[in-house]
Amino acid sequence: MKIHEYQAKEILRRFGIPVQPGEVAQTPAEAEEIARRFGVPVVIKAQVYVGGRGKAGGIQFGDTPEAAREAASRVLGMDIKGLTVNKVLVVPKLEIREEYYLGIISDRNSQAPVVMVSAAGGVDIEEVAAKTPELIIRQPIDMRWGLFPEEARTMLARAGMPHVVIAKGGDILAKLARAFIESDASLAEINPLALTGDGQVIAADAKILVDDNALVRQSEYAGWSEPEEANPLEFEAKAAGLTYVKLDGDVGIIGNGAGLVMTTLDMVARAGGKPANFLDIGGGAKAEVMKKSMLFVARDPQVKGILVNIFGGITRGEEVAKGIIMAQAELPAHMPIVARLSGTGEVEGRALLADAGLMWGSDMRDASQKIVAAIQGR
Amino acid sequence: MSIFFDRSSRVIVQGITGREGQFHAKGMLASGTNVVGGTSPGKGGTTVDGIPVFDTVAEAVAQTGANASCIFVPPLGAADAIMGAAEAGIPLTVCITEGIPVVDMMRVSAFLKQYPTRLIGPNCPGLATPGAGKVGIMPYHIFSPGSVGFISRSGTLTYEVVSLLTGAGIGQSSCIGIGGDPIIGTTFIDCLRLFERDPQTDAVVMCGEIGGSDEEDAAAYIPQMTKPVVGFISGRTAPPGKRMGHAGAIISGNTGTAAGKVAALQAANVPVAETIFDIPDLVKAVLHR
Repeated sequence: MKIHEYQAKEILRRFGIPVQPGEVAQTPAEAEEIARRFGVPVVIKAQVYVGGRGKAGGIQFGDTPEAAREAASRVLGMDIKGLTVNKVLVVPKLEIREEYYLGIISDRNSQAPVVMVSAAGGVDIEEVAAKTPELIIRQPIDMRWGLFPEEARTMLARAGMPHVVIAKGGDILAKLARAFIESDASLAEINPLALTGDGQVIAADAKILVDDNALVRQSEYAGWSEPEEANPLEFEAKAAGLTYVKLDGDVGIIGNGAGLVMTTLDMVARAGGKPANFLDIGGGAKAEVMKKSMLFVARDPQVKGILVNIFGGITRGEEVAKGIIMAQAELPAHMPIVARLSGTGEVEGRALLADAGLMWGSDMRDASQKIVAAIQGR
Repeated sequence: MSIFFDRSSRVIVQGITGREGQFHAKGMLASGTNVVGGTSPGKGGTTVDGIPVFDTVAEAVAQTGANASCIFVPPLGAADAIMGAAEAGIPLTVCITEGIPVVDMMRVSAFLKQYPTRLIGPNCPGLATPGAGKVGIMPYHIFSPGSVGFISRSGTLTYEVVSLLTGAGIGQSSCIGIGGDPIIGTTFIDCLRLFERDPQTDAVVMCGEIGGSDEEDAAAYIPQMTKPVVGFISGRTAPPGKRMGHAGAIISGNTGTAAGKVAALQAANVPVAETIFDIPDLVKAVLHR
């Protein structure tokens, strides 16, 4: 799950990491008031779930409270990569002497969180990794004991940071590791970690991703979740407990099991169609879940037909068929539906579909060809 | 012969009093698996369908001589269940649970380095050895005994492909669902090494998918094998940056793409099926090579 910069900074603050002060504004007037309170000059930073907001004009400056208000009015409502800016973070401008990078990411190869630090901070770390990988020091965290401050300082020293940053930054990095583990993050970044003119070492920007699997025990962070306008259907699907990914085509696809659904998308593409979505109903789904899934997929205005591919084990074919028939009554009459049921309850399910006059495929390939043909009017 | 599991295996079900645990314990018994007990803290001394229930894995091992465990414990308790099984000396643990927090699995991974336990999964359908039984949730009737080893990251896709193999008269030695999570206990390469040593196995089918580099790692090992491997990769149409159902099925930047995995396998001389329907013929071809 994505969270905003101001929320990531709140998490860091709770773990004792020095964070640049600031507050969130939702109107230009609020931005002006915050600028007066914290003192100018201020930076107005768009709070959106995408990177590259600086280049898009989402970071602006205000030398007076009035200018802050104007800057906020330019940034609020701005469209950045398809997302509307509804909030800005207003922070007093720091006098930054140097910028560094501290990051932790969960790494599947080492099966551990991997810490990355670099003296080349403030820029896109992926660019640094691609062009000058030697400038990044990497080390996995031993999950039995976490990251010691001394280990952290050693990493910063190897990255060539100055003494003051090794001392203060080592403490910050060890705390970042604790924040990562205890907040169930999958990514936690301070970029830049700023060394200021007056010798402070402070998080000037932060990014945290929270592991979706852990939201049940990170209920406060779960409550921070906001819809992404770029993907409103995906947000709603999550809330409804559906595993749904929006794609670009016109063939709605529903199946059970991630690998099977992915393979069905590939099969539809081979048959000349374009998948509109990925939807996995999981194991043991009842008719109601099937119906809900059908109606959900059909809400995508691009969808011109729906393919259902079920390999029944603990999912029963007749439950799936009942769900499809229930949904069909509420779908546009011209919407073609092709179902392929195999395994448990296959015979009963097919009989129900036949009685309702619905199409079925003998296997995944046959069903894919039929739905593509029906949509393309062949 | 088989890998991981055979007729001598004595299996306990962790979380046997839950809906899933109870249902699949019965299914395992029906497949011929020797289910000797189950665990559920607080329910020790009771039985589920005649299977004795214990409070802890250690007690279950002491009383039943269990040497394998199948975990149906809910996500937030699953890491504890895996570590408990290792601590109690269980050599084979199959974790079916989906949705375990990644931080928990990273802790499990560090913990298991100190134990000889083999973990399969999590977020997997388990394994089956046709003729001996199964540990997990696979529908057992689709299997037929034979000489082809099968490995996959997916559940229902496994059932599809195994059904095609059985329908084409190609029997299986052992089938392993390694799981769809980013952090799993047993990878393709672990299974390939064991199949290479298993006298019953003559060829291996490996069904991979987008995300991570398990398939590429396997491709680097396959040239050292004497036995042929047939590959399939799912997710050719998946866009980058989107999690395709499985937590591990995500293309990050340029890594984990279907095209990259297909190319790595082909470079290792592995025939890669365009669709699952091509797999039986490719298997027949490599067996007659």
